[in-house]
Amino acid sequence: MSMSDHNDAPSGKTRPTSGTTAPRSTLSRRSILQMAGGAASLAAAAGVAAQPALPGGPPVASTMHVRMVVNGSARQLEVDPRQSLLDVLRETLDLTGTKKGCNQGACGACTVLLNGRRVTSCLTLAVMHDGAEITTIEGLAQGDELHPLQAAFIAHDGFQCGFCTPGQIMSGVACIAEGHATSPEQIQFWMSGNICRCGAYPGIVAAVADAAGRT
Amino acid sequence: MLSFNFEKVRTEQDAIRAAAVGGRYIAGGTTLIDLMREEVERPEHLVDINALPMADIRADGFDLVIGALARMSDVAAHPETKRLEPLVAEALIEGASPQLRNMASTGGNLLQRVRCPYFRMLDAACNKRDPGSGCSAINGLNAGHAILGTSDHCVATHPSDVAVALVALEATMRVKGPDGERTFPVEELFRLPGNAPHLEHTLRPGELIVEIRVPGGPYARQARYLKVRDRASYEFALVSAAVALETAGGTIWQARVAVGGVGTRPWRMRAVEEALRDKPPGRNVFEAAAQLALEGARPLSHNHYKVELLPRTIVRALEMAGDVA
Amino acid sequence: MTTNVIGIPLTRVDGRAKVTGAARYAADFNQHAQLHAVIVGATTGLGRVTALDETSARAMPGVVEVISHLNAPRLPYGPHKSFIDPAVGERLHVLQDDQVRFYGQPVALVVADTLDHAERAANALRISYAAERPVVDTHDPAAQTVEPSGSGAHGDTLRGDADRALAEAPVKVDATYDMARENHNPMEPHAVVAAWDGNRLTLWSKSQFVVNEQAEIAAIFGLPAQNVQVICPFIGGAFGTSLRTWPHVTLAAMAARQVGRPVKLVLTRKQMFFTTGHRPRTLQRVAIGATRDGRITSIVHEGNGETSRYEQFTEALLSATSYMYSCPNVRTRYRLTPLDTGTPNHMRGPGEASGIFALESAIDELSYGLGLDPIELRRRNEPTMDEGADKPFSSRSLMQCYDAGAERFGWARRTPAPRSMRDGRLLVGMGVASATYPVFFGPASARVRLHADGTAAVEVAASDMGPGTYTSMTQVAAETLGIPVEQVRVSIGHSDFPPAPPHGGSMTMASVGSAVRAACLAARDEVTRRAVADQRSPVFGAALDGIEWIGGSLRRLGDSSPGQTYHDVVASSGQPVEVHASNQRDADAASRYSMHSFGAVFAEVAIDPDVGTIRVRRAVGTYGAGRIVNPRLASSQCTGGMIGGIGMALMEQTALDTRDGRPVNAHMADYLMPVNLDIGSLEAHFVDEDDPHVNVLGVKGLGEIALVGMAPAVANAIYHATGIRVRDLPIRIEDILTA
Repeated sequence: MSMSDHNDAPSGKTRPTSGTTAPRSTLSRRSILQMAGGAASLAAAAGVAAQPALPGGPPVASTMHVRMVVNGSARQLEVDPRQSLLDVLRETLDLTGTKKGCNQGACGACTVLLNGRRVTSCLTLAVMHDGAEITTIEGLAQGDELHPLQAAFIAHDGFQCGFCTPGQIMSGVACIAEGHATSPEQIQFWMSGNICRCGAYPGIVAAVADAAGRT
Repeated sequence: MLSFNFEKVRTEQDAIRAAAVGGRYIAGGTTLIDLMREEVERPEHLVDINALPMADIRADGFDLVIGALARMSDVAAHPETKRLEPLVAEALIEGASPQLRNMASTGGNLLQRVRCPYFRMLDAACNKRDPGSGCSAINGLNAGHAILGTSDHCVATHPSDVAVALVALEATMRVKGPDGERTFPVEELFRLPGNAPHLEHTLRPGELIVEIRVPGGPYARQARYLKVRDRASYEFALVSAAVALETAGGTIWQARVAVGGVGTRPWRMRAVEEALRDKPPGRNVFEAAAQLALEGARPLSHNHYKVELLPRTIVRALEMAGDVA
Repeated sequence: MTTNVIGIPLTRVDGRAKVTGAARYAADFNQHAQLHAVIVGATTGLGRVTALDETSARAMPGVVEVISHLNAPRLPYGPHKSFIDPAVGERLHVLQDDQVRFYGQPVALVVADTLDHAERAANALRISYAAERPVVDTHDPAAQTVEPSGSGAHGDTLRGDADRALAEAPVKVDATYDMARENHNPMEPHAVVAAWDGNRLTLWSKSQFVVNEQAEIAAIFGLPAQNVQVICPFIGGAFGTSLRTWPHVTLAAMAARQVGRPVKLVLTRKQMFFTTGHRPRTLQRVAIGATRDGRITSIVHEGNGETSRYEQFTEALLSATSYMYSCPNVRTRYRLTPLDTGTPNHMRGPGEASGIFALESAIDELSYGLGLDPIELRRRNEPTMDEGADKPFSSRSLMQCYDAGAERFGWARRTPAPRSMRDGRLLVGMGVASATYPVFFGPASARVRLHADGTAAVEVAASDMGPGTYTSMTQVAAETLGIPVEQVRVSIGHSDFPPAPPHGGSMTMASVGSAVRAACLAARDEVTRRAVADQRSPVFGAALDGIEWIGGSLRRLGDSSPGQTYHDVVASSGQPVEVHASNQRDADAASRYSMHSFGAVFAEVAIDPDVGTIRVRRAVGTYGAGRIVNPRLASSQCTGGMIGGIGMALMEQTALDTRDGRPVNAHMADYLMPVNLDIGSLEAHFVDEDDPHVNVLGVKGLGEIALVGMAPAVANAIYHATGIRVRDLPIRIEDILTA
């Protein structure tokens, strides 16, 4: 066979690379034009406008007052209630060490300590945390002295591009504090909420184990 | 995200009063904020209930009682959970990530919305999001979708892990609302999609989940949760099974089996349980019983593999539970 | 004094910045009075925009501007192509017409005072489309296959008569492979902050190629290149997605000029699946014929990659097939299928990662057909030269890699028969595959400044997406200048610096490293010139070639005194030494030798036969990649690439809905990549390889080869564990259950 004739169905994989149930053999260009309406079947029945218009929503107070202790400093903030804790840290307080990797709680790059517990700061609203204590990556070192886990990340090369690193380190600090850094396997399990696309996992595990042994 | 009014309440009464007039409870927020950002959820008034004293975890006799605001991580780590209901602990830590488990509440976990990708996309038809608009998944990419309890209007699975364990263990929930308090089985919280998939649960307007009670039972300690997925963590189940066995003298006295990832709600497998009763535990018995799980299964274009995987998962979970003894 | 810095496992010089949150990525460059822009993507896969109601969006809180094809400035879009752009076709001209070419294509941009306001208005913007049905699946009968019409870089090849030899071969395999589309999904989303000052534009932009982004944006806006500055000191992973300059950069610049304020634009994770390239889905056929004693007599390798309708993206899918094995008859054939999607682009190990999967799967299959150990089969067909190019290899250590890797991995413990190894309930399998990648080299220059305080500043417009450019260049400079690494400061990621080739194709160390070395040597020469001309210097009056450089000092040849430190020379001369030099390579060597890295990748999988879950428990990658500048970083880069290969083998797939071309799993919870718990024990090793031909540093590069070879090793291990041959990626539970 030659590749140009390769029109047979894709190997019966049940989770295909792409597809629908539309029988492939009938998908000629002609039937496609007829299916233009079919394409619209994906869009809401309402028709053309993909996004319903709800301009602005109900009238609300545009900002609310929130007090937080961030990395040991008391902060008074006026925030839009919609603002995530992550956006307040990055855009309002210019603490850009905490990263936005997915904004959907699916990567862990935005991990901070909220009242001592690790959370994904993208999936919580700043207004929910009046009076809270927040620790970000910027608040970990004591002056010039790195936190033991920060030092261990350097020593064990627990990162490459560095973008997930603040989240990994904050998560690792919590992992150790929770008592979950008891073995490499446990560390792997309890660090699986932080994705590293460079694949620095071996170094991350070694760094957390090392720092856990020192603290 | 649309604008909203934000209110933090300090008492149950304030919470219920606010919700009765259209307020939307927010606890951990891990589902709600995510979907608000997509504008799938559009609450006009958020009622933050995190200050309510509903986060206790305690033993009551042989029962485990979990406050609705108790965080997944706290429930999983609690000594009473581990002592009385290890299945609940196991199902909890198999879900989400450590960070999300620190945020998500037990009540919110039960009420989390489906993971169907079309539900999340405003430019795709979805009966759950826009009643009457159609279902994009039925003729779309539906490998992750349900084979049990589906309708012509919706085929999305319920994503919770711990709900599967709670249904298997016949947990009950206590709720409070404008008309007072009531208690009912967790299993009855979940509706089938039928022709109204936008109605997901049986809570009445303004009702607040207060606590979950997991009855202690002779089978509670011989119980395992098996979650099958492509990666080892941080992924929703393709298929999961919560099983609990009471065995004595080489005989299964009673069994509890519920499954996740395959149903439009956490799916109790009573026929499987029945087939296990009074039989000797063993692979052949497990396999024969597990085949009954497929009763009424309706696979879609891309999820036939779940028909194969579901009984295998149940069998393996039963074997694991058998090993606990 | 520090010497021999090249080769030591130095920790990252930018480590402190990265572990403290001080390292600034594009989206971290908040500017005073900046506004936020959000892209509105097409919600149809093909057609045109028929109406767009911007009036109500403009009236929404905080909205400053709404830009669409209706009101966007017509941009010059002057011609511009660098060699990372497809040779055939024309880049997307964003917001210049009403056409929708693929789902998610930008059709409007909302600019507002806050991100929340911009997002809200973007969601509320009402747009109508005349929709047609896109063709987005290579298997769609409406999809047409074309011959690449480019410069022939990946054209058909033939030596001998492969088809006849195949027909006559007593033992053969003939199989097809289907590899899923992948998205790079770096942790850092594409981001840009654009600010104009009159007619000058500054872009803090995620880029693996800042000088090209400068040139491209200058061409698009009709500006002199020097009016555009691109700054990108850190890249949060890219894997190829930031090689090209994508439409969002143009949009941010357009918006910033329109509103007269700095504009920040960050793609959402979902948008990362639309306009920023992807590894194309490939369909391949590999047929191999062999004699009964395992001599390969024929290889036929046909491949098809997807591309867009408006550009022909090609990659080296079949290149390795011509030189991996000794074989008199080889035929390759490469075709493209234009689809209604965005243009693919290079993703880690582009071409080779996909082609080698098919080739090395087929070789493994052949080994079972012959009853030969798969390493022995490769040994019997190891070439002594590149038979495709008819040149000797500059170096090729593949068999040394197999020997060392087999030893480290414990290949001898493997029992040959499929399904013959168990660990309790689990089926265990061991698989192996070869890896290869070319040694590329691009022109680069560097500037070096030597200061009187003894420090050296190195500047080059290179990038660091994670391999450790800052660190490795520091090592090259410290070694060449003979000074401690602490005294070297490397600056990269700025288009004003001397130009570097793209940070991709595993060529940064070879190209930029050579430039840094050349600049440091030039700096030494300048110091020497100043010293011999300085009456106060102990070397005053010496001939230039009568001076030797020991550590950071110079002295007369044969002199045993400590000599004069270079910073003493600089201090006496009263002004810093500043030099600029370009890399050089022996052009003759480049034409005489075939230059590639090679590696052997071993994987052990454990498979639950009941529920079909697959875990890679162990892997060993052994590479012959020339000189290793920093073994610590090299090891990390390789194990990281192996993890990428595990993702390719078992998880990664961008799934398109053929009804409108939308990526359905454009979400990090649905586009699966390995998490920490997925990864077993990984080891990377490097065999000693002294290659004097590749470049002055003797380095070959690692970024790509680290991923190549992992996926076939895993697939081959799965076959060994189960007896199930899966030829489509990713391999998942159902492939085990339903086979």
